[in-house]
Amino acid sequence: MSEKIKVEKKVLSENDRLAADIRANLAVRKILALNLVSSPGSGKTSLLERTLRELGEKLNMALIAGDVQTENDADRLTRAGGRIVRPIITGGACHLDARMIGNVLDKIELAGIDVLFIENVGNLVCPSSYDLGEDMKVVLISTTEGDDKPLKYPAMFRRSSVMIVNKIDLMGLSDFDLAKVKQNARTINSRLEIFDISCRTGEGMENWYKWLLNATEKKKNA
Amino acid sequence: MHELRVATEIIEIVQSEMDRLKLSGIKEVGLRLGALSGFDAGALTFSFEAAVADTVLDGARLKIEQIPVKGDCTSCHKDFEVNEFFFICPFCGSSDISIVQGEELDITYLVEK
Repeated sequence: MSEKIKVEKKVLSENDRLAADIRANLAVRKILALNLVSSPGSGKTSLLERTLRELGEKLNMALIAGDVQTENDADRLTRAGGRIVRPIITGGACHLDARMIGNVLDKIELAGIDVLFIENVGNLVCPSSYDLGEDMKVVLISTTEGDDKPLKYPAMFRRSSVMIVNKIDLMGLSDFDLAKVKQNARTINSRLEIFDISCRTGEGMENWYKWLLNATEKKKNA
Repeated sequence: MHELRVATEIIEIVQSEMDRLKLSGIKEVGLRLGALSGFDAGALTFSFEAAVADTVLDGARLKIEQIPVKGDCTSCHKDFEVNEFFFICPFCGSSDISIVQGEELDITYLVEK
């Protein structure tokens, strides 16, 4: 009977190490980094487009747009006024990892940037396990999805600091219950900051902007 | 896809441990897997078995110890098992809970062949 040889190794330690390097690098420059996660089609790119258009004067934003295929999202963000937009095509991988982000950041002039948005691949499972060196994860959910999604993907909602409910202009067209989704999310994570918005009509966006400006300011003074 | 990628990372870590410990073959790899790790035990075992073929770990099996989520209540400081990911303290009803265990994805031991 062979003996167990004890080893204690975190499987994702290499990713965690690279993420810590990124976090330290961004902290020196006082750049707020937000990792945007959601299912496909919840409105990550739409949120960033509108934020660029309406807050582009006040905040210098850099954006990394991850997708399995195509640079369509990066093109949309550039058209919306994004000056620093970098696509990452994962070529099949279902999430971004710290190595991909580090490689992109190495080629960006970071001086003067206030906020770095990382638009992750649309997926509520895999991106939850990979630290990208962000300050916070922002999870989006839209009113055309099930209001039980926080319960189905607890790891993601637990690890996020902000939840944005998008497409509130479409409420009433589906059985989505806004109070219920918030209740579900809060049983997983009571500290979630929650915003209800419509990226299409602009409703509720001012609360998100207020929070974003405040978080950027906090990072500057940290 | 997700689990296959991690299975490959596990194999790479085990290979470097084999070099370090001067082991020639591995029969079993022990893994601690938290319920909140974001990885599925079945898919991970399946991916691992497929990925070890034709490597120095060929034939090795992955033995997964599944770890339930445990929370610590920040209000009344009692520990409890978090069922169904409901982060509510069963003793005082507080929802301010920190995670004590359940996020693990660690290689814990190796058995030499």
